[in-house]
Amino acid sequence: MYDVNNIYEAFSIEEAVRLKVEHPDAKIIAGGSDVLIQIREGKLAGVDLISIQMIDELRGVSMLPDGSILIKPLTSFYEVTYNEIIERYLPTLGYAVDQVGGPQIRNIGTIGGNICNGVTSADSAATLKAYDAVLKITGPDGKRTMPYLDFSLGVGKVDLREGEILTGIIVPKESYERTYGHYIKYAMRKAMDIATMSCSANVRLSKDLKTVDRFRIAFGVAAPVPTRAVSAEAAVQGMPVGEALLDTVSKAVLQDLNPRSSWRAGKEFRLQLIKEMARRCTKEAITKAGGKI
Amino acid sequence: MAVTHDTHSGNRKIIGSSVDRVDARAKVTGSAAYAEDLMPEKYLTAMVLHSTVAHANVVKIDISKALEVKGVVDIVTCFDVPDLPFPTAGHPWSTEKKHQDIADRLLLNRHVRFYGDDIAAVVAENDIACKHALKLIEVEYEELPHVFDAQEAAQDGAPLIHPERTDTNVLVHSSYDVGDYDEAIKEPGLVKIERNYQTPIVQHCHIEGVNSFAYEEQGKMVCVSSTQIPHIVRRVCSQATGLPMGDIRIIKPYIGGGFGNKQDVLTEPLNIFLSKRLGGRCVKLFYTREEVFVSTRVRHAMNFRLTSWVRKDGTFAARKVLVYSNQGAYASHAHALAANAVNAYRMMYPYSAIHGDAYTVYTNLPTAGAMRAYGIPQIGFALESHIDDICDEMGFDRIEFRLKNMMKIGYRDPQTTITCHSTGLAECIRKGAEFSDFLRKQKTYGKGQTGPVRRGIGMGIFCYKTGVYPISLETSACRMVLNQDGSIQLQMGATEIGQGADTVFAQMAAEELGFSFNRVHILSTQDTDVTPFDTGAYASRQTYVSGMAVKKTARKMKSEILAYASTMIHKDPGDLDIEDDMVVHVGSREPLIAVSEVAMEACYSLTNSKHIAAEETHHCTDNTYSFGVCFAEVEVDIPMAQIQVLNIVNVHDSGTIINTKTASGQVHGGMSMGLGYALSERIIIDEKTGRVLNNNLLDYKLMTSMDTPELHDLFVETDDPTGPFGNKSLGEPPVIPVAPAIRNAVKNATGVAIDANPLYPERLFHAFKEAGLIGE
Amino acid sequence: MRKDIHCTVNGMEREFNVDVRSSLLEMLRGEEHAHSVKKGCEVGECGACTVLIDGRPFVSCIYLAIWAEGKDIMTSEGLVDKNGKLSDIQEAFISEGAVQCGFCTPGFIMSAIPIINADRKYSRDEIKKWIAGNFCRCTGYQKIVDAIEKTQEKRLREKGLLK
Repeated sequence: MYDVNNIYEAFSIEEAVRLKVEHPDAKIIAGGSDVLIQIREGKLAGVDLISIQMIDELRGVSMLPDGSILIKPLTSFYEVTYNEIIERYLPTLGYAVDQVGGPQIRNIGTIGGNICNGVTSADSAATLKAYDAVLKITGPDGKRTMPYLDFSLGVGKVDLREGEILTGIIVPKESYERTYGHYIKYAMRKAMDIATMSCSANVRLSKDLKTVDRFRIAFGVAAPVPTRAVSAEAAVQGMPVGEALLDTVSKAVLQDLNPRSSWRAGKEFRLQLIKEMARRCTKEAITKAGGKI
Repeated sequence: MAVTHDTHSGNRKIIGSSVDRVDARAKVTGSAAYAEDLMPEKYLTAMVLHSTVAHANVVKIDISKALEVKGVVDIVTCFDVPDLPFPTAGHPWSTEKKHQDIADRLLLNRHVRFYGDDIAAVVAENDIACKHALKLIEVEYEELPHVFDAQEAAQDGAPLIHPERTDTNVLVHSSYDVGDYDEAIKEPGLVKIERNYQTPIVQHCHIEGVNSFAYEEQGKMVCVSSTQIPHIVRRVCSQATGLPMGDIRIIKPYIGGGFGNKQDVLTEPLNIFLSKRLGGRCVKLFYTREEVFVSTRVRHAMNFRLTSWVRKDGTFAARKVLVYSNQGAYASHAHALAANAVNAYRMMYPYSAIHGDAYTVYTNLPTAGAMRAYGIPQIGFALESHIDDICDEMGFDRIEFRLKNMMKIGYRDPQTTITCHSTGLAECIRKGAEFSDFLRKQKTYGKGQTGPVRRGIGMGIFCYKTGVYPISLETSACRMVLNQDGSIQLQMGATEIGQGADTVFAQMAAEELGFSFNRVHILSTQDTDVTPFDTGAYASRQTYVSGMAVKKTARKMKSEILAYASTMIHKDPGDLDIEDDMVVHVGSREPLIAVSEVAMEACYSLTNSKHIAAEETHHCTDNTYSFGVCFAEVEVDIPMAQIQVLNIVNVHDSGTIINTKTASGQVHGGMSMGLGYALSERIIIDEKTGRVLNNNLLDYKLMTSMDTPELHDLFVETDDPTGPFGNKSLGEPPVIPVAPAIRNAVKNATGVAIDANPLYPERLFHAFKEAGLIGE
Repeated sequence: MRKDIHCTVNGMEREFNVDVRSSLLEMLRGEEHAHSVKKGCEVGECGACTVLIDGRPFVSCIYLAIWAEGKDIMTSEGLVDKNGKLSDIQEAFISEGAVQCGFCTPGFIMSAIPIINADRKYSRDEIKKWIAGNFCRCTGYQKIVDAIEKTQEKRLREKGLLK
């Protein structure tokens, strides 16, 4: 039995927002794979919950008229990975969320929950940052959108204000078009693990496949929040494809990142992973784009 | 009745086959009942309050607020329990005081000795009330300095963890000598190789947790428990509560794995105590996964110093082992593991002067107890790593060196008298080397790899005893009852804990009786009120010791059946035998009468009814060694500090294999546990507080299916003259050789010797960096 | 607070009156007496409580009972037909020796169902990926993978998708 004070069930976005306004201290529960565990641990014991699990309008992936991809927040990791639009246009995201936990967790865990937790190790986070995702948020005062880049405020803190819930994640066409990405999750196990370090990179090459037109790289667990390494991106803009580019990325990412030591892994080790993963992830993305290194 | 080894192994029908497990059907449907499945509708829930400091005296506990929580029925603290110190090890009791297990804990402890010690218990109507009450109990500690390292704890002046017992934290220091070590090392031309090796604290991680429930029935306290050792649990519950043994009844249903953790008395005594206080109402005491990690048992961490004096011809002149074994807060199995480890050190390569020293030391860490292979995975890692280090330093061939120095047939251990009655180890090594292409690969891999990703191959061997004789008592009883249809009920004190014991006992009974396999019905549940005595599942003893009890009982049973049959068919019982459920003529094998007919007549005869049953004890006074080897091939990604196991094979000599399918399963499970021990499993302790940081299955890195390579198992069957059917130990051994084989493979790949397991990425990173393989 | 939940369990329509704080695990064990659903960790890590919800595997310990409303739930009990005949996957677990202590077994079997229902062959590595949310400490997974592999091949042959 979960030590919950009250569970309020919402069946529509409107109802969820209303419940959130009425019970400002209540915690939103989507899939529950984080919230229920925190209740059992005692961190959230006695909490009021607003369950949004049954809001079917918050599920699914679609392509908007402008070619952007809309992922609704209750879409499970499994549904993201095996969605045809994702498989075709955003395979890196599909792959990234396929690294979460195990099959059962990927059925219950939601992509919205993954980013609203504000955890640096979230498997979707680095990729969504690297694809310039935009968030749709609904609150008592209406709707707003914001870049995902600005959403993370700190460890476990995101920019959701009083009564607001996340209602959509949009990946603009400009971000994924002619773009090839790769994700590496480094963990102690190949399943049922959280990342020790994660890296997502994507690249658009020039028509002749010789130079970098556009480059994105982001990391999880390399800083308190999932972080894009903008210095590295700038450093390789327009660079010719080759080993030197990989060296540049591998060094430059360190300017944007600040991994910490914990009992799970030390800073020195994480820095080694950052350097190596930046190199490998970039190389793989370039190779997928048709570049030769 | 003297039972000799059956040499007619060629005629066996059921032994050596691969019959399906007797319990598999119940387990795939969910009808097999484990402790939780047997809970009555109404019960109370108990939870334990564990200490949040590593070393302290509890000065005061205020339960007033907790008692006000709705649904709370009772709260017991360390100030309320009887002053009856009790031991917990799943050892046979010794009637000699000096050999008895150390009784160093109470049901709840005022002197807190590790972070997670039991200091109070709440009983409530439901689990939420329990949790609320636990939070509201206020504990006042008088903190004491703590010590976590075994060597430090052994020093004079270290904080004393059991001052009520002795003035040192060293539980036992034992030593032995074979030959004269100090003389032997004077031999000219010897090369001395000395190195330290360390093994970690790990946990059993049986998928069913530790749990029990207790209630009173007809004036007796009944405790249903997930245990490997019901008869021992009954004795200890009596010692801990003061209740007479006959007033306690332990029921052991199916259990979801034990691996040695449940070869200890865990929740049962407190559970009985709590129920008794409440007039015998049913109380359940189920530990959470987090509690299982911290407050049950773990595997001993051991620090070894191995010293070898080696001749240029590749033989040993002298060897020395020194081990510090970290016992944690309470004695549990205590020194038995370190002693086992240094004994195995001697037995594996016995032909030189050998000196052994072993210390088992209390520290303020979770209590260590039995875990699969009982000290031998620890020495196995150290010793087989060391053997490779010797070979590398002196240029010996890894296989030749082992073949030359390892235990041979006829070896009689000077300390324990355990004799090598059979060995297929050389054949195991040959078979495994061929399977893994070891000879070619170790040479190819061993030299001159330069890239970031390199490959290597390694090996490790082991020997393992079969049971605990002559260190401890070995005894087992079996009972058979003939049913009216000519089938039998087979009742064992020995326990099924997942390893397949019930299946092999049923095979043995069928084989020996001349029955079809399906005519043997084994009762899986042990109930100390009705089950014959046996000390339980540990030491890979049951097929050997309890198997002999089955054999003896079956022989008696058969003679009883034949005696009755002879009255029906008027033949001399000496002329009769049983084959395929028929009484046959012993010479011609002519079927004379069906056993079912005999059974029906015996039961219902108006003139001569006889309820045919047999019960025998096997008091075992023998032991024997099983052997094996692991070959592992790895790929090491140096910049990512990751190891991929490409190929792994275990080859075992466990004597005659009773069931090829379940035997193979035992090997796979051991290999998997060995892979975790080699690569990823370790309990992480906060250095400041002594708190276990990773006490859950997410942070404790048990291998998943994706981390597990294809597991290959091979057997070299020998026919051991002391085993009931030529069989020797198998349950525990497969875990032993895996970690050193992988460590040696990584060394073969990279040249870097990592002398502590597991070889987890961050450890590899620092080692590779130090070796210059990873730059700044 | 209690709530009525309507769902299908092993093909039977059920109505349960549950405490809204209950997990699906508690509802299935406590109300339905589906003892194949095992409690191993209560935090979704061990997989012993895996059940199928609308055909996909979920860990029932971290799934609120109230979410079962309208769902189609299946446990290992539901794989046995009305005459007591086991399903092919259960038979394969027995014959391949994939069962030891048995505590994780029903959960593995439920995780295997989507694999054996698929219309294409999964490699052994793919099978391992789809059962990676279930821990087994006894078998090293080898014979579990064997059992699933054999059963999927049998099914594919029955469907004419594999020779």
